[in-house]
Amino acid sequence: MPALRGGQHKNTWSPAFWAGFAACGTILVLAVPFLNFWVPSDSPIALPDYLVPLLGKYLCYALLALSLDLIWGYAGILSLGHGAFFALGGYCMGMYLMRQIGTRGVYGNPLLPDFMVFLNWKELPWFWWGFDHFAYAAVMMVLVPGLLALVFGWLAFRSRVTGVYLSIITQAMTYALMLAFFRNDMGFGGNNGMTDYKDILGWEVHQPSTRLGLYIASVLALGLGYLSCRYITASKLGRVLLALRDAESRVRFLGYSVTNAKLFVFTISAVLAGLAGALYVPQVGIINPSEFSPGNSIEIAIWVSVGGRGTLIGAIVGAVLVNLAKTWLTGAAPETWLFVLGALFVLTTLVFPRGIVGLLQRPSRLWARTPAPVPAGEQA
Amino acid sequence: MKTALPLTEALLYLNGVTVSFDGFKALNDLSLIVEEGELRTIIGPNGAGKTTMMDVVTGKTRPDSGEVFFRGIADLSRLDETEIANLGIGRKFQRPTVFENLTVFENLELSLADSRGTWRTLFAHLTPARHDRIAVTLARIGLTEQSAQPAGSLSHGQKQWLEIGMLLIHDRTLLLLDEPVAGMTDRETEETAQLILDLAKDRTIVVVEHDMAFVRSLGARVTVLHEGAVLAEGSVDHVQNHPRVIEVYLGR
Repeated sequence: MPALRGGQHKNTWSPAFWAGFAACGTILVLAVPFLNFWVPSDSPIALPDYLVPLLGKYLCYALLALSLDLIWGYAGILSLGHGAFFALGGYCMGMYLMRQIGTRGVYGNPLLPDFMVFLNWKELPWFWWGFDHFAYAAVMMVLVPGLLALVFGWLAFRSRVTGVYLSIITQAMTYALMLAFFRNDMGFGGNNGMTDYKDILGWEVHQPSTRLGLYIASVLALGLGYLSCRYITASKLGRVLLALRDAESRVRFLGYSVTNAKLFVFTISAVLAGLAGALYVPQVGIINPSEFSPGNSIEIAIWVSVGGRGTLIGAIVGAVLVNLAKTWLTGAAPETWLFVLGALFVLTTLVFPRGIVGLLQRPSRLWARTPAPVPAGEQA
Repeated sequence: MKTALPLTEALLYLNGVTVSFDGFKALNDLSLIVEEGELRTIIGPNGAGKTTMMDVVTGKTRPDSGEVFFRGIADLSRLDETEIANLGIGRKFQRPTVFENLTVFENLELSLADSRGTWRTLFAHLTPARHDRIAVTLARIGLTEQSAQPAGSLSHGQKQWLEIGMLLIHDRTLLLLDEPVAGMTDRETEETAQLILDLAKDRTIVVVEHDMAFVRSLGARVTVLHEGAVLAEGSVDHVQNHPRVIEVYLGR
């Protein structure tokens, strides 16, 4: 019987893909340390120390964008609360870093972080136990966002909350968490959050070598995240997700559990977002409740739609480009940034709904008179 | 007055099913039996409750009262769409609903009788046997050429066939076809009738249809629904000569 076309995904793991992936990874892993560490600092191509954590931060945002693209681009679930999973991962890392300060804090208390001493707390709350061990904290960084997504998703998907309603309740979720984390008696440092970190795994966080290490860890996390998302989207489950994005009830009549499929990707996505948050915190040196603010979560959706929703590489490109523009503009002309962000959103919706990557794949779309096809999940 | 039917070995058994939407009774004490291996056509004017009946059987709508049994054991009024689908009940919708962004091949792949578990789906591999099964089905519905095309690019009639193919590939026990020839050309309608007769040889099929010529060409037992209940049942000739049927439906 002749081979049929249309169902085989041989390109997914082709040698060409691996070559490209390895090339990108090698450049990211080698170029930055080389330019920062071995090139003399007076050379024009030298990468100054302060840029290393900035690049690391972009990579964390890229991983966060990837996690949103997995559920939005492929399963049609527009979460506008993904910043919450990112922040929870970040808080778990922050708690570990706070416990590493030990007696070097302002109050020199070996057990309690400064803000607890300040609040006159006498003992460590139970939910802080174990955070002095990195392994425990590392488990929590993925477990806490994952569990929240599992419970929240189960409630939402089982009740068939979809489309704009789901987006709204995810906004409400992150807003509620922000308000909760602002309170001092929650035990997470209130509106100041947690900062003044000293060590991570015994290395001083502000040392250039530690920062390079964190940067490389971010590259690896992004690489692993990308491969997992690529595996999921290329699997049969990936096809089920695309199918339910376009015709959810039809998928049910085929006998697939829409609830379970959505719950699975939603949880995986939250875990990736949590991981991104955990790597982000030591590189920026602070975590506070503003990370939960609804605006942050909306921005993630903009990164993804600028880069190209439904293309994994697009999420990464979008996150990096928009944040580069943000870094540059908020320095050069801070008052224009919000207008630019809004304009980007309007442009991606009207002119290039498939984002930058979609534009590169089919440039004629931009000039076509007919409206460009929007992924069908939009109608939700 | 309830028409009490004995609980038989019938494949599909509906007894006294009532569904109302805001006071409007879409199904009014409907009782219906479909035997295993039967080909049944259901006709009726608009609003007679044909589609609601399918919604009840497939779990999309829960009946307000009444019993719905599959094989005399599974109480369909307590199961959801996914569970009912996995019992072996397949449905083709009025409007062809294929997955437009997937290829024709992928549409069939998702419909294969494989494990539906999320975890299994994540690690599923397409074995040569399943690949062949897709190829056979593609040939049967005449879409081999279009295998790699996105289903959204198919013509209306081709989408209808793809949808039938999606039911076919799964080997379901009971197929519910909601207006399978709607929007088809005469030639396509003829081919579809042939396909359905072919399929009916080894499974039970319930066809809801408006097109009387098509119903006649199937030559099966006909149930006439009117205002959510059975008005008449029998051969095509029997119902066409039934005075009440002529009055409410055919005579107009």
